[in-house]
Amino acid sequence: MIRLRGLRIGRRRDLVCRQVVELVTDYLEGALSPAQQRRFEAHLAGCPHCTEYLAQMRATISLSGMLTPDDLTPQMRAEFIEVYRRWQADDSQRDESD
Amino acid sequence: MATDRDTDLLDRLRAGDEQAFGILVSRYHTALLALASGYVPSRAVAEEVVQDAWLGVLRGLGNFEGRSSFRTWLFRILVNRARSAGTLERRSVAVEDMEPVVDQSRFDAGGQWCAPPELWLEQLDDQAMAATMAVRVRLAIGELPARQREVVTLRDVEGLTSEEVCGVLEISAANQRVLLHRGRSKLRQVLETEFGRPG
Repeated sequence: MIRLRGLRIGRRRDLVCRQVVELVTDYLEGALSPAQQRRFEAHLAGCPHCTEYLAQMRATISLSGMLTPDDLTPQMRAEFIEVYRRWQADDSQRDESD
Repeated sequence: MATDRDTDLLDRLRAGDEQAFGILVSRYHTALLALASGYVPSRAVAEEVVQDAWLGVLRGLGNFEGRSSFRTWLFRILVNRARSAGTLERRSVAVEDMEPVVDQSRFDAGGQWCAPPELWLEQLDDQAMAATMAVRVRLAIGELPARQREVVTLRDVEGLTSEEVCGVLEISAANQRVLLHRGRSKLRQVLETEFGRPG
């Protein structure tokens, strides 16, 4: 990757780590402008710590997605079955009155 | 997320299959409860809201055309019920919660890391460790502020797109990103702290 430092963008506008960690989600969401994205990626190319930070954010997202739903307690399961049966009873009453 | 299978289950449900209802309820229970909890004061009330939402689904089943995905429809019903039942006012991103997501003492005066991220990714290659940490993440999601918890649950646990989340929660794309960013950043820090514990 081309180092942007010293090019037209200029040192003054280079991102520092403190800014990069605030832009990680916008980056992952594709919400950065093309110029911002270039600066973000230029920083990563020269910064192993921020590269690690980004990888850790990705890993965190994967871990969230690994979760399986909580099991319903038997009592709650029974309550939902009750909801269903009540609805069916209402529904068939409505059908009969049609 | 197996959206197609939702459609199959809905067909079975329309045909009067009670078991299909049970499967759908189980599939979305965690997410619905997490969402409802953001609006109402107790777990008991949240459970009532979830039941009420499912009753809404059953009643609306005949009119659901599947133009939106089932889960988006379901989550919208839940949020509407929760809002009616809720005492907690929805807030947009609070200004006071705009502090930086990483402890500022970890950066030097020039904004570079002076206490860079601890290295723990390799430990996740171990399946048992990854499973343990997934449980830890789940607990941490439960402890996030309500708005962050909603967005992280819908996006990262349930796998909704950002557009779907904005539609369900009626928030702007920018708001969604801020909440997601704050939530995810806290979860990353929880993992770093957890891995840093002496074994």
